[in-house]
Amino acid sequence: MDALEQLRAVSMDPCGYGQYLRSSGERPVLGCFCTYMPEEIIVAAGAVPFRIPGSSGDGIVLADAHLQSYCCSLVRGSLEDALAGRLPFLDGAVFPHTCDSIQRLSDIWRLNAGMKTHFDVVLPVKLTTDSARTYLIAVLEQFRRELADAFGVTISDENLHGAIRTCNRIRELLENIYRFRSRYPHQLAGADIYHVVRAVMVMERSEALGLLESLWEELSGRPSGEPPKDRRRILLTGGICSHPDIYHLIEDAGGDVVWDDMCTGTRYFQGLVDEAGRPLEAIADRYLARMVCPAKHTGTAARGTRLVRLVQENQIEGVIFLFLKFCDPHGFDYPYLQSCMDEIGVASLLLEVEEQLPVEGQLRTRFETFVDML
Amino acid sequence: MAEASGQADPRKIRSVQRMKEIMTDYYMEAKAAAGTGKKVAWITSGGPVEPLIAMDVIPVYPENHGAMIGASKMGAQLCEKAEELGYPRELCSYARSDIGCSETGGGPIGGLPPPDFLVCCNNICGTVMKWYETASRHYGVPLFILDTPFIHREFTEAARRYVTTQIYEYIAFLEDQCGRKMDFDRMQEVGRLSVEGIRLWQEVLDAGAHKPAPITAFDAFFHMALIVTLRGKQVTVDYYRELRDEMQERIEQGIAMVPDEKYRLLWDNLPIWYRTKWLSEKFAAHDACLVGDTYTSAWSGMAPYMDERNFLDSMSWAYNQVYINVSVDLMFDTMRRLVRKYDVDGVVMHSNRSCKPYSLGQYDMQKMVAGELGLPTLILEADMVDERSFSESQIETRIEAFMETLES
Repeated sequence: MDALEQLRAVSMDPCGYGQYLRSSGERPVLGCFCTYMPEEIIVAAGAVPFRIPGSSGDGIVLADAHLQSYCCSLVRGSLEDALAGRLPFLDGAVFPHTCDSIQRLSDIWRLNAGMKTHFDVVLPVKLTTDSARTYLIAVLEQFRRELADAFGVTISDENLHGAIRTCNRIRELLENIYRFRSRYPHQLAGADIYHVVRAVMVMERSEALGLLESLWEELSGRPSGEPPKDRRRILLTGGICSHPDIYHLIEDAGGDVVWDDMCTGTRYFQGLVDEAGRPLEAIADRYLARMVCPAKHTGTAARGTRLVRLVQENQIEGVIFLFLKFCDPHGFDYPYLQSCMDEIGVASLLLEVEEQLPVEGQLRTRFETFVDML
Repeated sequence: MAEASGQADPRKIRSVQRMKEIMTDYYMEAKAAAGTGKKVAWITSGGPVEPLIAMDVIPVYPENHGAMIGASKMGAQLCEKAEELGYPRELCSYARSDIGCSETGGGPIGGLPPPDFLVCCNNICGTVMKWYETASRHYGVPLFILDTPFIHREFTEAARRYVTTQIYEYIAFLEDQCGRKMDFDRMQEVGRLSVEGIRLWQEVLDAGAHKPAPITAFDAFFHMALIVTLRGKQVTVDYYRELRDEMQERIEQGIAMVPDEKYRLLWDNLPIWYRTKWLSEKFAAHDACLVGDTYTSAWSGMAPYMDERNFLDSMSWAYNQVYINVSVDLMFDTMRRLVRKYDVDGVVMHSNRSCKPYSLGQYDMQKMVAGELGLPTLILEADMVDERSFSESQIETRIEAFMETLES
């Protein structure tokens, strides 16, 4: 199997990979939910940060006894997986503070999931002040202590520097691959780039880095040729995407997702941690500089300005807002971001999804109508 | 609402009239602010209002406005306005109805006075931050966010330092907005009045522990308006002293809000504003009285943390530790205390689509209430303002079934 095939296989069966991790070594595996999880600290502890897929089974049965129907499928699906025993390879879970639903999921998880460890990383919500930075560094320091205590390890600055280098190298390669795809969309399927990121988010990071290096070597050596002229350039923006089929359907309709602002996309790898700085301060500074998820605040116009810039930098012709139903932070920002797109004359489409995608025919028609309009 | 029934009814709370006058005066002053040169700040219900009062800024509460919209049964119509602008129907109905009002100028009082600036404290939810961001863009005014770290298990030293530092950042923001310095003696006095108001409000709510209860949670929903909006003002202290005395009088005279009080219940979550009277009557028909609630006591719940001698620091910690800024198990500690204090026979939980931090976790709380306290719980699926999410027949059936369990 080549690197891409291996990454694809992990992304398509993340829990299978989790089982493999469990059976193949002593490294603790810690479940997590979003890009605000400071994965460098987990890697430095010798553990594996594992992004919980957020619904690997069929429907919600057990989680219904704990969560109302009006919360998103990521929260309900993850709890379902935990209660149904589909995450037996996890040694615990890490809950960075983001939205109201994840905050409550942390409590419900701690009370019911029966895992050995549980960590709350209560990050600040506003990321614009010195006091927030000071607090953020203290929170990271506390997480480092709690992790070390829980697993009986020492997390030295040297360990942190090593983990930062690994994570930075992964970020650089993911960015390279994204840029390659933005330039030559015909050379790499959208679903493949999705699988690459999703796989990295669950894999032991040195192993992921090795595969990314091979993949990048292969891609950058390819004779790329010019992309066909009749395809429309699409940007995907929103929370998480768990449906690789979306990329195919957009491609069938004549569009290519060439960039994104997603938690399962660029927000995962955007920005590097300063390798020369004090490690925890440097990790904090990346969070302060990186584009926020809408559950965090860096100013009322930050997300709109950023989206406009991404559209312009990547010559985007159409934007698709992809939200999970019941996601409040994204829902609140939608009318504003849509108006930002209207102002620069870029068409947009809103797609709200739950655990399952709408039926394929319906989705196909929506994408075709949208792409035709561009 | 309970107090609305019958003119000559001895159960009618006298102070209601005074309350209406105070709130009318308050909204008139707020709406006239533009002509008087006073600044108007919009602030979240769990935000520290005391520095605003000390700076002579008029605080305006979009959430109180949301409650008025709900009670006036204008919720669905205004929420729809926001939905037409692209706000999803799943968002908080206080936010949707208020955004609907900002855009159309409608609503029970013809819209709120526009803000000069915004103060958002996220101790009640992350939603308020998103809501206030929209207001900041709509009105083109600055937004101050007081970030109060959620307490899953402990309120850490780092979090305490962070929130205390922000109180001084908040004051600096106000000084900047108002163009003058804070008078810290005045601040101290406002703090004293705030603590006094909170303690008197607690005494009003304590009256519900008496059997039979002279006040119900439905009355508390009405009388809470001042502790939310005008904490730190003399008028609030005077009003709650009068209300407290009236409650003591009622206890002495043996006045029961529900005439043949037989079952005592605790309410959890925000009211269903457009159905308070209906619900109150439904329960009263079964001789059941909602004698206490977790919602209105959230404001008095800060009292133990507040210290008049070190008001600003203690205030920051108190605001950080409010009822819904803590984990489900810490919330249950409060619920257990209330269940015992009010000596209730069961708990009524409003599973409120609008309020995820209050509602998610209720199913686990229900299990704790049953397992640890041996009490039944009734869960009502509804929404605080958007009456489209209220199914009368379904809720009626559930109340009947629950009361049958209690009666058997």
